[in-house]
Amino acid sequence: MGIDDRILADLVKHRIEFVTTVPCKQLAGVIEGIDTTPSILHVPSNKEDEGMGLCAGAWMGGKRPAIIMQNTAIGVTINALATLTQFYRMPLPMLISYRGEVGEPVACQVEMAVHTKALLAQLCIPTYHFHRQSDVEELDGILGHCFMASKPVAVLMDATFWKGELQ
Amino acid sequence: MIRSEVLKMMLPVLRDHLVVCNIGLPSQEMHMLEDRPGNFYMLGTMGLASSIGLGLALAQKAPVVAIDGDGSVLMNLGTFSTIANNQAPNFVLLVIDNGSYGSTGDQTTYAGRKTSLTAVAQACGCENVVECTAEETPQVVADAIKAQQMTVVISKCESGNVKVPVIPLDPVVIKDRFMKQVAALNA
Repeated sequence: MGIDDRILADLVKHRIEFVTTVPCKQLAGVIEGIDTTPSILHVPSNKEDEGMGLCAGAWMGGKRPAIIMQNTAIGVTINALATLTQFYRMPLPMLISYRGEVGEPVACQVEMAVHTKALLAQLCIPTYHFHRQSDVEELDGILGHCFMASKPVAVLMDATFWKGELQ
Repeated sequence: MIRSEVLKMMLPVLRDHLVVCNIGLPSQEMHMLEDRPGNFYMLGTMGLASSIGLGLALAQKAPVVAIDGDGSVLMNLGTFSTIANNQAPNFVLLVIDNGSYGSTGDQTTYAGRKTSLTAVAQACGCENVVECTAEETPQVVADAIKAQQMTVVISKCESGNVKVPVIPLDPVVIKDRFMKQVAALNA
């Protein structure tokens, strides 16, 4: 099973039924999979803080949410994370394409990459960095942890992680 | 007629439904007029009332009214596209359009100048957009809920505020009792 399918299978296993996305090339396969998974409603967002509003509503409506986005989004979602997701104590798995790490062709992406972990740490958001392909095996536990704790949780998936299929 | 008077007239229409109340004075006024578990009060996060309302409407069956403001919706204009492209027949977005940032001292918004939120919503693909006067608002919203058609209501009213206390409720309490109300309405 490839990485995309593994991620998708874990989302389904944890009964995540509402996913919002702002796309990234690295996440294209997962997003395509979400569109063809009948148990998941996919509502694309124009901007990631809008997505966090959608997820808060979906959670209160009884559906487990998740957001898929790039790490640049951390820059635009701090207020929503602090005053909505965290203040009202809601769970939110954030599957984040970690651009700007080794293998990145676009210099500007590095400018947000250097701030990403520091910002997440400042927000006291549990953060997991997927670098090797086998790290995907931790996603199952992380999703369970997120809903147990009712907190936003960040999974940063870098270029090395996305490079190929699982053996 | 100012926003607080519109909200007061709206109470009989909203009473049985889930209501997402925008940050600041709209939430405080709804809380003061008639606090109830079916009101979700936003204590922060300006701009996201319509998004929270849409997510809620898409996730369950009970009618949802999101009370937004012109200043707030201008902060999240993409929301009209998201609303138009994700049909939730149980969703009504009510924008109280008084042309000003009411909670911060009544500074003029662009909706109070050249920008028509009605035209923006239509251009984004929203199929049922009704612009109405403050006085017409309760009937327009009641009709939209009854029709089970996703509707954007732009209620044109006057700028101005009444004195209201802040909301003393803990956010987790607001969420918890709201979610119990959601569950009860979907039982």
